[in-house]
Amino acid sequence: MSDEPHRALEVEGLTVTYRRGQGSLDAVRNVSLRIAEGQAYGLVGESGSGKSTLALAIMQYLPENGLISGGAIRLAGQELATLPGEQMRQVWREQIKLVPQDPGSSLNPSLRIGDQLDEALSDGGETRGGVRERSLEQLRQVHIADPERVAASYPHQLSGGMQQRVLIAMALAGQPSLLILDEPTTNLDVTTEAAILDLVCELVQSHQTAMLYVSHNLAVVAAVCDRIAVLYAGELVEDLTPEQLRSQPLHPYTVGLLDSLPRVGQRAGVDPLLPIAGNMPRLDEVPAGCVFAPRCPIALQLCHELRPDLEATQQGSLVRCHRWREIQAGAVDLRAARPANVTAPDESLSGKIALETKDLVKHFPVRRSLREALRRTPPRSVHAVDDVSLQVGQRRTLGLVGESGSGKTTTARCIVGLVERTGGEVSLFDIALAPGLDGRDAAVLHRLQMVFQNPEEALNPHRTVGDVLQRSLERMRGLGKTEARQQAGRLLEAVRLPPSYLDHTPGQLSGGEKQRVAIARAFASNPDVLILDESVSALDVSVQASILNLLTDLQSEQGSAYLFISHDLAAVSYLADDIAVMYLGQVVEIGPTEQVLQPPFHPYTEALLSAVPRIDAAAGIERILLSGDLPSAVDPPGGCRFHTRCPRLLGEICRTQAPPWQQAAPGHRYRCHIAPNELAAMQSPAFRDHITTVSP
Amino acid sequence: MAGNTTGGGSQPASLATHERRALPAVFTRWWHALRELYARPSSALGTTLVLVFLAMALFGPLIAPYSATEQISGAARQAPSVQHLFGTDHLGRDVFSRVVLGARDILALAGLGTLFAVVIGTLIGLFSAYRGGLTDEVTFRFFDSLLALPALLLALLVLGVVGPSRNSVLVVLVIVYVPIVARVVRSVVLSTKQKGYVEAARLQGESTASIVRRDIFPSVTPALTVEAGLRFSYAIFLVASLGFLGVGVQPPNPDWGLMVSQARPYVSLTPWALYFPAAAIALLVIGVNLAADGLKRVMLPGREV
Repeated sequence: MSDEPHRALEVEGLTVTYRRGQGSLDAVRNVSLRIAEGQAYGLVGESGSGKSTLALAIMQYLPENGLISGGAIRLAGQELATLPGEQMRQVWREQIKLVPQDPGSSLNPSLRIGDQLDEALSDGGETRGGVRERSLEQLRQVHIADPERVAASYPHQLSGGMQQRVLIAMALAGQPSLLILDEPTTNLDVTTEAAILDLVCELVQSHQTAMLYVSHNLAVVAAVCDRIAVLYAGELVEDLTPEQLRSQPLHPYTVGLLDSLPRVGQRAGVDPLLPIAGNMPRLDEVPAGCVFAPRCPIALQLCHELRPDLEATQQGSLVRCHRWREIQAGAVDLRAARPANVTAPDESLSGKIALETKDLVKHFPVRRSLREALRRTPPRSVHAVDDVSLQVGQRRTLGLVGESGSGKTTTARCIVGLVERTGGEVSLFDIALAPGLDGRDAAVLHRLQMVFQNPEEALNPHRTVGDVLQRSLERMRGLGKTEARQQAGRLLEAVRLPPSYLDHTPGQLSGGEKQRVAIARAFASNPDVLILDESVSALDVSVQASILNLLTDLQSEQGSAYLFISHDLAAVSYLADDIAVMYLGQVVEIGPTEQVLQPPFHPYTEALLSAVPRIDAAAGIERILLSGDLPSAVDPPGGCRFHTRCPRLLGEICRTQAPPWQQAAPGHRYRCHIAPNELAAMQSPAFRDHITTVSP
Repeated sequence: MAGNTTGGGSQPASLATHERRALPAVFTRWWHALRELYARPSSALGTTLVLVFLAMALFGPLIAPYSATEQISGAARQAPSVQHLFGTDHLGRDVFSRVVLGARDILALAGLGTLFAVVIGTLIGLFSAYRGGLTDEVTFRFFDSLLALPALLLALLVLGVVGPSRNSVLVVLVIVYVPIVARVVRSVVLSTKQKGYVEAARLQGESTASIVRRDIFPSVTPALTVEAGLRFSYAIFLVASLGFLGVGVQPPNPDWGLMVSQARPYVSLTPWALYFPAAAIALLVIGVNLAADGLKRVMLPGREV
């Protein structure tokens, strides 16, 4: 086939093995892929799928105990797997470049950006001025507006998004044959992510470089790549184009991933997520048949016994499934076989306000330097939360969205009392709550519980699950030992875990299971209000979906109200009845979910919404890019706090006068100088199409 | 990533615990640690040395052929022989017996001193760091200032005030080591108290004492065990040094440091009376150090020494 485009990277039948003690485990098995010049190839999978191992193997950068035990890797025709060290370093220098996940730790903190770029660009034969000129040009290429200032900065003076741009500039220097991006936007805020993704798309087209984009996020990969490989438990299960992913994915795992990913506007009560049951198999317990068979809703006896081959379809995609023809023909319904038992929220009991904050304020004092103290500079403070007023109705869910630094976590910690507020009031069913935990009655404490972000730190590693739950029940419900033990089993059942887990230690549980136990612990007291602070953000997509559904079920069973905090608008809109959007310590918009998600909305909400990566390429939604970085909360901008980045800036009034609350609809308010009807006229009506409203 | 999944390695361990289910968990843990210590030659050697000296301390009077103070008439300044394995000193005392009997003193002093220092230091570290605030700040600034003085200087200062005796040595050990132990404990507490499970316990209204005991202390134990081993070896050294300088254990007790100091004027006549106690000090310190190193590998895996 001579008319095929030039292959930059060819991986054939690659198997990667890790040695462990006496034995060995195959983390990647028999994976083949080809990337042409100018092609962007996406590698998607959940944690444990082997995607990072595969990327490391291609770079020949496996850890000490890993080795390539089969297959070949060819870069521009050159075999890499057998290349001696010195030549491999040559390849690293000239041909393969990596953009890593954590930009902060990938730049040398003690060198200026310009010097680091010069070093990466220099080939030895140029004058310093010439190299610096090329460095600045490289920075301009990644759309850095003032390259001179950035080149003179140290890494810590730049935001995460800016650091990532610098790293992309560095990687693209010298026209590499292969660019590997390893989760480059995972640690960035959604608006920054959107800008970086746009940049990556543009550069791939202009540079004719082959790109391997590794990510856990299907939506991101679908937005950036020409072709997508889905990895599961070390095997490539499907290889297809983004269009095929949208129209007709054939592997049950791919379908499951898509059904687990909440879309903006998708509501739990109307259109529930369909999570994949079970967990990814451990590497030492890989099933004999199809690797996905134990979790597959349509697995046959054959699937458990015989491993399917990777077969090519007429449309040019590759799929590893015994039943793909039936799926393609529509002869089996993958979704019918996976019932989502999500109970629609019962609205009858709602009405009372369960949790309320009035003008909540939290300022953290900034320590003055000796010089400032001597000069009697007035002490300054971080305005983490400023005048936040929220209400969470009984049995209802309030979603709190905002990017990092918006003050949503501090708000939550002030409410539960882990952080003592500076001002304002917090009340629970009209009981005023003291600022600190010491001033709160135990009985009140038990009615307000919280689930934290990091599942790895959620449970005491030295206690069994049974101990943890039993202790909570004894303390909060005053139960005796035996009764508490029985109830602990029931709590586990409520979070859909088997009773045998009572004897497990946290070390034996997966991240999602730990978070389930943490939720069970919070529910031990039947709390009136449960605060969930980014509680699903650290989890894999399929696990996240099942926890979201679990939360919906628990709410209708127990009747708790939720304050659901997340940076992920899609997850928030899935659960929440109402949404509050925070920016730089203030609430800028609040209202019922359906109304907050469509115009008129605050310009910041608009930017957030337009930046959310979507699988179904949103027709007509134009991405609104925010200029600049989040201002410092030490001296927040005067007037409207958003004015430094607002795409709909009016002029002087925004800089000098604090904006008033505008009433867009009953219960829907936003803080802006632009009136609702004018704002609605400016904003794209395309946003309306993405809401699945509750039936009237 | 894939490399981190817990593999078949955990299977033999769980089998082992199953066999010994009858024993309390503490014993199984120590038995396990001991087996791991014997897996490496260096820590096996260290552990053996420590166990030998421990046996000396426990059964000293049964092993020693003479008493520590008995002056054998007509047998002064004898070179090592079958009768007097380590020879006799200038007063005609059997050096072997004195070395064997001296083990009890030094191990008891260093051991008790370390134990008190660890208990007090741990309590101060746990509660001060968990509560935080001004008390914590003041306590640890004070400890920092104590740490600025060399241990021996501080010890001489204290002994100058309270006068030399066994109990004074004990007091010195506690004063010198409490700040160090407290500091180690504090650093672990500071990172642990921000974890979700500690905050969750606070939100459920658990008392400070119960949170510290149930949720924080277990995280401290690995670092604490290692630190205790290290402190023990330094304590031996300090007790011997103080004995040598004449401000520690007083004659005629068979203290190794004291023996070295007493034998020093006669080194050309009875070198064995100096060498054997000195070797005992060195071997014990080396043994404890090697064992503590091994303990560090067992208790804090991944943190290379």
